[in-house]
Amino acid sequence: MTVPALAVENLSVEFRTRSGIVRALENVSFAVDKGETVALVGESGSGKSVTAYAVMGILDAAGRVTAGRAMLGGLDLLAATPQQLADVRGREISMIFQNPRTALNPIRAVGRQIADVLIRHGNVTRAEAPARAVDLLRTVGITDPARRAKAYPFEMSGGMCQRVMIAIALAARPSLLIADEPTTGLDVTTQAVIMDLINELAAEIGMATIFITHDLALAGQRARRIVVMHAGHVVENAPTRELFRHPRHPYTAELIAATPDSAASLDDLASIPGTLPDLRRTDLPPCRYSERCPRKIATCDQPLPAAALGSPHVVACWNPLT
Amino acid sequence: MLSMIVRRLIVAVPSLIGVVIVTFLLTRALPGDPAAYFAGPAATKEAIEQIRVRLGLDKSLAQQFVLYVGDLARGDLGVSLTTGQTVVTEIENRLPASAELTLLGLVVSMAIAIPLGILAATRPGSIVDHACRVIATAGVSLPVFFTGLILVYVFYYLLGWAPAPLGRLNVFFSAPPQVTGFYLIDSLIAGDGGVFIASLSQLFLPALTLGIFSLAPIARMTRASMLAVLSSDFVRTARASGLSPMTVIVTYAFRNAMLPVITTLGMVFSFLLGANVLVEKVFAWPGIGSYAVEALIASDFAPVQGFVLTMAVLYVALNLLIDVLYGLIDPRVRLES
Amino acid sequence: MIAMLRHARYVVGENPVTGLAVGLFVLIVVAAVFGPALVPIDPLASDTVAALKPPSAAHWFGTDQLGRDIFSRVVVATRLDFTIAVASVVLVFAVGGFAGIAAGFFGGWLDRVVGRIADTIMAFPLFVLAMGIVAALGNTVTNIVIATAIVNFPLYVRVARAEANVRRDAGFVEAARLSGNGDLRIVGCQVLPNVFPIMVVQMSLTMGYAILNAAGLSFIGLGVRPPTPEWGIMVAEGSGFMVSGEWWIAFFPGAALMIAVFCFNLLGDGLRDIVDPRRRT
Repeated sequence: MTVPALAVENLSVEFRTRSGIVRALENVSFAVDKGETVALVGESGSGKSVTAYAVMGILDAAGRVTAGRAMLGGLDLLAATPQQLADVRGREISMIFQNPRTALNPIRAVGRQIADVLIRHGNVTRAEAPARAVDLLRTVGITDPARRAKAYPFEMSGGMCQRVMIAIALAARPSLLIADEPTTGLDVTTQAVIMDLINELAAEIGMATIFITHDLALAGQRARRIVVMHAGHVVENAPTRELFRHPRHPYTAELIAATPDSAASLDDLASIPGTLPDLRRTDLPPCRYSERCPRKIATCDQPLPAAALGSPHVVACWNPLT
Repeated sequence: MLSMIVRRLIVAVPSLIGVVIVTFLLTRALPGDPAAYFAGPAATKEAIEQIRVRLGLDKSLAQQFVLYVGDLARGDLGVSLTTGQTVVTEIENRLPASAELTLLGLVVSMAIAIPLGILAATRPGSIVDHACRVIATAGVSLPVFFTGLILVYVFYYLLGWAPAPLGRLNVFFSAPPQVTGFYLIDSLIAGDGGVFIASLSQLFLPALTLGIFSLAPIARMTRASMLAVLSSDFVRTARASGLSPMTVIVTYAFRNAMLPVITTLGMVFSFLLGANVLVEKVFAWPGIGSYAVEALIASDFAPVQGFVLTMAVLYVALNLLIDVLYGLIDPRVRLES
Repeated sequence: MIAMLRHARYVVGENPVTGLAVGLFVLIVVAAVFGPALVPIDPLASDTVAALKPPSAAHWFGTDQLGRDIFSRVVVATRLDFTIAVASVVLVFAVGGFAGIAAGFFGGWLDRVVGRIADTIMAFPLFVLAMGIVAALGNTVTNIVIATAIVNFPLYVRVARAEANVRRDAGFVEAARLSGNGDLRIVGCQVLPNVFPIMVVQMSLTMGYAILNAAGLSFIGLGVRPPTPEWGIMVAEGSGFMVSGEWWIAFFPGAALMIAVFCFNLLGDGLRDIVDPRRRT
């Protein structure tokens, strides 16, 4: 079995807040193979972004990793020293964010922001960096890159800013890219263009991608495998086609039913009953979906079955759909 | 860039007009007979009449205003009763003393406040953070003249480290040949190390007083601004890109955090220009502040009016400079079309 | 109202510093009101034999160059400084507050005129303008009050105007208008009670500044004339003696100034926490 690009094992994260401890993530495990595109899907608040931030080591100060490993090649990111992390971030593992315009330094020309990363990671000298930055801008499809390199984020559209972010993230040709809702807030045409760009560049340099989204349909179009999250748990992990044809977790089935696509009429759109449980509770059940689940049985009060490692279709449920 | 400067200049014009109008009204608001006040307590009836005609007090208010503006345009701010010199000459002579003191005070203040604010923001909850907050709260409560006096007592009387608070130079030294009026610069130009050290030691306590006074708002704003910037999206991106902590804090966080601090400087200057007057009194500093205070005590009003006008114009100019500085750093302001 | 009091007790409980500020405030008010009646020695009585004596059992804060008891003078001065501060703040609240509310509520030319006046005042370094005003109007305590009020005018106008602006289009104002209430009545009954809490916070913060301003003006010889006990002028009288080591003459009035201003600032911060928890420092 080849070594995956990233293997997250039993990741647990909690946040200290004024109103209590929020158990944001519990026993999250999944792996991303080299060159694979995996989608991390779930409602708002399901813990998708927290997973990414924990892996990257950019959690908020109130957050703490309480257990688990995140193996990037041979390095456990969660146990790495700040120096190791700073070396690896941007070079081996990169991230792009939602709201590209606010994610860029507003008072620094975009060319210089790209050059900063190039100088830091790319074995590029200070003198060469500006030219290389212009090249990168061209690669991500920005027209007239030499002029645009001197522009500031506020002078660019949302789509262009996202391209700049992609350029920054891919400057050092990392082996893994985490894309956190990169197209939310962009218009539909631009969405498609940006996603195409990411896929293209990923294929070119053999980069794996983790694509975080709340939009299951979008995930279905772009990812080879989908990891479904709910309330800080991974509930299902399967190849895309398999997931849509044979969803095994009740939540996944509800998600699919609630996802609008061109064929279904509005009447057929279901909404998922209930709401996310309050993660500050100390009496959370082992399965955090059980309180909203129509298929709940007595066994659901027991701790969930251990994920069968190596199985292509993983589901965390005592009473899965067949 | 140039168009931004021109735009700011145009915006400054109404302020200047307002300043001129207000100082004009102040000269006319004197209780009793303004002419008598400008002529002084010892003037004869004829002298008072002369002053009245010269000031145009027998004409209508509008005509008086025109005359007033005309005088200003010619650089005529009146004559001081106590010294006999024109107000403009005196202010010209004394301005460098005040400017040197205020600038040094500001430099001291920023040299302490900004690093303090940055450290407090990067180490939340630490001793530095608490110290910063205490200093920020206590600093605004200290009367500046009180601070000055305490410093004199401790450093001059008790410790003997500082010289007597008797002005810009010890009696044993004489002023360096005038180039800028700043003793520190002029003594270096003249190559006179002794005078340089002497001026610096006289400047030490009053500059420190002003520095302590303006420390609080700058430290508080630096800390708040750094905290906000450090938790912003673009700093998160910078960290996620693996940029070195130094680059993140200095090139990405600090430059952005400085923008509100620069804006705060406008307010700080307003306080400083006022505090200047009080500090000059405590340290017998021969600046325009003490000029005005001496004139006030002697009921000599022309210098006071000239002082208020000069300070206001200076303040407008300083605010303009701050706006330009802000524009240099923030392209969003520069490039708005 | 009850809810606000309960919230107030919670805030004070959570932050003991605010409680300290309230305690100090009460102390200052007591000193201001009852001070002159309670002090052991007449603040104006000079006793040249006992001049320039350091703090002792007989004279807790020592004596000044005319043999006057500094402790008594500091306590008695509380009344004058406190009165000046309160008078300035009330005056600027009345004039600036109403001007701001009117400007924010009615808009139009009124807004522009008030804005121009505020901008013109802000074009001056504030203490310098206060000096100029007192010099022009005459060297009295009343004029210190007026000067301080004028200098703080822009700040109050801005705060009041912002609040009035927000509430002009608020639902309850629309409702009042629809039920036939005239503009003036709306301002008085609807807008004012909502603007008041924010203004009270501002007033507490300005009290500190008002005292410093008055003391500063007195320090350079404006307003208060000797032998009236006032903290600023006492520091001025004592400043000459710092170089010869008689520190107590200027120290105690200066310390009193500092404590009073500190108290008002803390009080203002505490009030702000009560009124608007979003803006906690």
